[in-house]
Amino acid sequence: MALSRMDDLYRQVILDHSDNPHHHGELPDATNNIELKNPTCGDVLKLDLNIEDGVIKDAAFSGYGCTISQASASMMTDAVIGKTTDDAEQMVQTFSNMIIGEDVDTDSLEDAAVLEGVSKFPARIKCATLAWKALHKAMNKEESE
Amino acid sequence: MDNNDFPILHQKVNDEDLVYLDNAATTQKPKQVVEAMEKFYYNDNANVHRGVHTLAERSTEQFEAAREKVRKFINAKSNKEIIFTKGTTDSLNMIAQSYGENIHEGDEIVISIMEHHSNLIPWQQLAIKKHATLRYIGLTDDGELDMAEAKKLINDKTKIVSVAQVSNVLGVINPVKKLAELAHAHGAVMVVDGAQSAPHMPIDVQALDCDFFAFSGHKMLSETGIGVLYGKEELLNDMTPVEYGGEMIEFVKKYDTTWNDLPWKFEAGTPNIAGAISLGYAIDYLNEIGMQKIFDYEQQIVDYVLPKLLAIDDLEVYGPTDPTKHTAVISFNLKGLHPHDLATGLDMEGVAVRAGHHCAQPLMTYLGLSATARASFYFYNTLADADKLVEAIKATKEFFKHGTI
Repeated sequence: MALSRMDDLYRQVILDHSDNPHHHGELPDATNNIELKNPTCGDVLKLDLNIEDGVIKDAAFSGYGCTISQASASMMTDAVIGKTTDDAEQMVQTFSNMIIGEDVDTDSLEDAAVLEGVSKFPARIKCATLAWKALHKAMNKEESE
Repeated sequence: MDNNDFPILHQKVNDEDLVYLDNAATTQKPKQVVEAMEKFYYNDNANVHRGVHTLAERSTEQFEAAREKVRKFINAKSNKEIIFTKGTTDSLNMIAQSYGENIHEGDEIVISIMEHHSNLIPWQQLAIKKHATLRYIGLTDDGELDMAEAKKLINDKTKIVSVAQVSNVLGVINPVKKLAELAHAHGAVMVVDGAQSAPHMPIDVQALDCDFFAFSGHKMLSETGIGVLYGKEELLNDMTPVEYGGEMIEFVKKYDTTWNDLPWKFEAGTPNIAGAISLGYAIDYLNEIGMQKIFDYEQQIVDYVLPKLLAIDDLEVYGPTDPTKHTAVISFNLKGLHPHDLATGLDMEGVAVRAGHHCAQPLMTYLGLSATARASFYFYNTLADADKLVEAIKATKEFFKHGTI
């Protein structure tokens, strides 16, 4: 049955993150925040960051979206908390390259590396990248302000 | 009804037989239409209305013959009332821009909450520009247009009423003839968005007594980029062109221009000639089957599949639950699962559906949803396709329940 191909996309760890997302909610004292919409599906992602001395001390997300976008946001927040913004930018780049099928070292992405399988589902790439786009924009918002 | 004229439907997708259920977005094209296009480009292509040479004559003749086919298809009085456009969106925008000049401060425009963005934003922006008021007819509990509310909303201040004949999300048929009566009783004009109705049922614009009617070719076997704006001749006569350029003029002087006759007054520039001709061939194909037969056949599919969908635990189906009130556009969600995940599951089973807000965000908000999945059938779909949809939804539900199959 062709539905078995879904195992590549919906790995158990992805479903776990989607069912019980980490860092779901809001940060009342966020230094940086952003709300991104995916216009094709109407999904909304809000991301709050607490950045001190160039380090992401805390992160939280809210909004609504599909399994892939929710799991991706959960994994992304897990991976970037405690990282410097420079390292996080590097991770954004690594994730972007991975998701379009490029051969990259994905160790730094932690759980988020399992989203590699999304590259075989072009229609769902935007779902996976939304959280990382939000991270990039939220971090750069600070610099411009 | 068979689908042997549609080669695209006979293929495997993700190792499964393709079941194409995204017809509300666009339909597939039969061999007859594709081959006619090839024949046109290989033999007759030239610009229309200008040349004196033989090919220009052939091209013009076929282009205008297509207009006559459209006229008959919707039973308009005259070819002057048939304007070729890019599609429904273009047609509706033209009405809002041109007829919209008659709107003034304090006037009211009435639409419904189930409108596609293309029959919503043009009126919303017109209302903003003209300081007019936009009013929305809501829904009954059963997902039908609330006609009691429509009667209250349409009043002597109303200048335009614009409603879809069939909703692209709820699949419900709206009583546009009754709305036209209400609109006319108060001196307003009635605009009908026929994008989801013209491909699926007989249309008679004189019987509906609508003032404008818009539809798209690509949702009824023809190409993308071709559509129709029907307007009553006396209204079109008084309206100013939206676009200026070639072919729409009678005489151009340095500081003044007079317009060409209807319908060319509204067709500036070289039109989508092949598109119009392809629409003509698509209409021939549909007429060969018969629009009433198509409507009846699709109703059979709805009678068959709607109760099966309603019987799936955790599946929410939107729009009327009575099959006689529901066309073959069916929106649904599996509880706890985003429609994109559902649509990916169905795609893996070879079933192509749409997932998203269907360009109807105010309706989604009204229903308290962010998005839905949507299956939409056409006459080339079968009851076996309906079974495959039901099975694939059940399989996808199981997958997400257990994390695997």
